[in-house]
Amino acid sequence: MSGPSTYTPKYAFTRWMDSRLPIIRMSSDFMGFPSPRNLNYWYAFGAILALCLVTQILTGVILAMHYTPTIDGAFDSVQRIKRDVNFGWLIQPIHAVGASMFFLAVYVHMFRGLYYGSYKAPRELLWIIGCVIYLLMMAVGFLGYTLPWGQMSFWGATVITGFFGAIPVVGESLQQWLLGGYAVDNATLQRFFSLHFVLPFVIAALVGLHIWAVHHTGQNNPVGVSPKTKSDTLSFHPYYTVKDAFAVAVFMMIFAAFVFYLPDALGHADNYQRADPMKTPPHIVPEWYFLPFYAILRAVPDKLMGILLMGAAIAVLFVLPWLDTSKVRSMRFRPIAKWAFLIFLINSFILGWCGAESPDNMVFSVGENAKGEPMGMNFLWLSRITTAYYFAFFLLILPILGLVEKPKARPQSITQSVLGDKHGDDH
Amino acid sequence: MAFNTIKTAVLTTAIALGAGVMLIGAPMSANASGGEGAHELKHVHWHFKGLRGTYDREAMQRGYQVYKEVCSSCHALEHLDFRHLGDKGAPFYDEHYPNPNDNPLIKAFAAEWEIPDIDGDNGDAITRKGIPADSFPNIYANPIAAAASNGGAVPPDLSLITSARNNGPDYVYNLLTSYGLEAPHGVKVGAGQSYNPVMDGGLIAMAAPLTADMVEYEGEHAPAASVDQMALDVVEFLAWSADPKMEQRKRAGFATMLYLFLLSILLFFSYKKVWGSVKH
Repeated sequence: MSGPSTYTPKYAFTRWMDSRLPIIRMSSDFMGFPSPRNLNYWYAFGAILALCLVTQILTGVILAMHYTPTIDGAFDSVQRIKRDVNFGWLIQPIHAVGASMFFLAVYVHMFRGLYYGSYKAPRELLWIIGCVIYLLMMAVGFLGYTLPWGQMSFWGATVITGFFGAIPVVGESLQQWLLGGYAVDNATLQRFFSLHFVLPFVIAALVGLHIWAVHHTGQNNPVGVSPKTKSDTLSFHPYYTVKDAFAVAVFMMIFAAFVFYLPDALGHADNYQRADPMKTPPHIVPEWYFLPFYAILRAVPDKLMGILLMGAAIAVLFVLPWLDTSKVRSMRFRPIAKWAFLIFLINSFILGWCGAESPDNMVFSVGENAKGEPMGMNFLWLSRITTAYYFAFFLLILPILGLVEKPKARPQSITQSVLGDKHGDDH
Repeated sequence: MAFNTIKTAVLTTAIALGAGVMLIGAPMSANASGGEGAHELKHVHWHFKGLRGTYDREAMQRGYQVYKEVCSSCHALEHLDFRHLGDKGAPFYDEHYPNPNDNPLIKAFAAEWEIPDIDGDNGDAITRKGIPADSFPNIYANPIAAAASNGGAVPPDLSLITSARNNGPDYVYNLLTSYGLEAPHGVKVGAGQSYNPVMDGGLIAMAAPLTADMVEYEGEHAPAASVDQMALDVVEFLAWSADPKMEQRKRAGFATMLYLFLLSILLFFSYKKVWGSVKH
């Protein structure tokens, strides 16, 4: 818990400020935030995500100064930025690679929350705000990918906005309203640019709420036992500022390796071709961070059902706090849930793999049938199996396990879990 | 005990990040493999690949010559200006002319092109000689004219071609050197078409563009202008035109990585120091 404020203003100026706008008190409490002493590196991804958000907004604002949001100017203006704008060669790839890094970090952050039960009481709202942030990130990521107006930008936008057209009765009108016309065109690009610019600030505001919520409930921790005494926690500064800073620096090395040496590795070659509404690329594939959901979408033959299923895959995250019936937060002490989680993690990677492949491609073949077609498992069926497990994990395994699983003995306190049974006297 | 925990934590983080990078890498390699039944590309060891790789300046200069004398009859360089040829790291950079607009070589190259313009006195459409600040002009007035002159196929822009294809440099090199093979059964080569296994479907509207010695390389040590050599050279030039800031980016990357590495080490020891007295 964050608890009552411990700040006492020392100087005339700080006393003056404190009685008018206690912003110094807020910062001081922020730095002294009591954090569980046993947080591991998985808990550093909050700081890493803050870095990602700031990076995207700063580079994005600069790119917007040079970008032209029209169908005739967009593609050329991106090249102009990379070739002629001062440091454009650096800022553009930081922004493009940054999107991938943001999603990489958010996935780690979410899996961490899933494993340690960070969505359970009293952190349900904290988790749900996080889910809204993730949903907005997906929207912003998609909108941003449209802006360079390459082939994949255009056709990706066409496919995704086509989803809305599948909604019964209102679908077609809704799609036209979103696009500003009958097809993805200049009106679409301009509104996508406007939304891509403004939504990140909504994300920033929600991140504010997210951090407020975590400061109210306190952080969860790897053993899932709430801090009870002073020896269970450490001041955020310097303990976690230095630990997070180290993690951020290591993450930045991975980030930089992509920006400087593999700036195009995470994109598609097709997006270096100017958008051509008359020429459909042979494979329309979303960015890697959408691939698992793309696989779920294609797992059912019906378009509307596929879209509903994909929506459900995200919606289920919002109700997760009430699906998991176990009283034990951390899966460290849940012998069966731990394995179900590991399978879920691997399952998510396989879903991503399915999303990248054509559904008809074979995962493995066992001989050929009479017509000479290969027999075995294709990616359609692999995506069906993995989609089934995705939903079973949330809708069956977590609700039932909580009732039947016998958790392992948990430590009495964080201090005990760190020091064993002897009491903490080192701090 | 405490140290072991740190070690495990660092290790698990490293493994997790590695797994994340692999996750990203999986679809990447899936894309890079190209379409189904894609032709196996012969891999070239390019001078510009690798962590410290740079463009081979002489090869780029020869490549520009090939572009100018051969490719430019149909293909444009939409994203290049003449002055770009004289930028730092570009094929014709000259340290005496930090501003490429002053470089006489660049001026001469630009003057070889006729640039459409508007007469300032009477508003008539005219053409004039190019200057370094001009962009490489379009070859055709519009895509319809381009298609009409080329049997219905629009010659693609070359300034981004090595980025716009999977394994672009290898792709372009292989495409240029895979003419003259016999079409397999089932591939019907129509009028105005050639068989080229690098193209999806095996058919291309461009006739074999390169024949040996069609350009004359100048200089004492200039290699013979074989089809293979011209293809290698023009790819070197086109790879630069698609990513002209690559050398600068890699240099900055080296400094950045070194800085981040040292910063990480310092932060790690700060972390050890701050946490030294705390069991966790």
